[in-house]
Amino acid sequence: MQLARVLGEVVATIKDANLTGSKLLVVQPIAADGSDVGRTLVATDSVGAGVGEHVFFVRGREAAFPFYPSEPPTDATIVGIVDHWDLG
Amino acid sequence: MRRSSASSITGTWGNTVQIARVVGTVVSTQKNRKLEGAKLLLVQPLTLQDEPRGVALLAIDSVGAGVGEKVLVVIEGKAAGDALGRKAAAVDAAIIGIVDSVDCQFEGD
Repeated sequence: MQLARVLGEVVATIKDANLTGSKLLVVQPIAADGSDVGRTLVATDSVGAGVGEHVFFVRGREAAFPFYPSEPPTDATIVGIVDHWDLG
Repeated sequence: MRRSSASSITGTWGNTVQIARVVGTVVSTQKNRKLEGAKLLLVQPLTLQDEPRGVALLAIDSVGAGVGEKVLVVIEGKAAGDALGRKAAAVDAAIIGIVDSVDCQFEGD
């Protein structure tokens, strides 16, 4: 999984039927120190995250698992909202 | 070798087991149901020279690792789900061991 910050929402009326009802968010992956790293991407949301929140997301085939038994064609899904993280 | 999507950010190659350092803990109250009760740790992949490689990622801990320890991290969904002991869990990385030592011979050593 990766830490990320939610930057915005995506509205797409016409999309794959298995994506109907799912929220699409633009996320910016971040490093452990909170700085931006890599490119922004669009992730499906499974936890009700909102803009400005810190989240973590899962990549790859597992990104569809939170929506079981539906199998949306997604490769990145937000699976948790971060309350806080501590560096040792 | 083709870079998989999971590795494009982490800067790591393919779906492999990596040596990494635990650098932090993450607290998340609201998360996917299948992740409830799971311990989430921030791990920084390392080179064999113990230098940071790529960016830190979030892994499920299945062995009781702590901050500062060197660990083995598997970056693959099925294996990570197995480590968590839950089928079809939305995880793609898990700590599967604590490293006692690594002995390598390098050319020129």
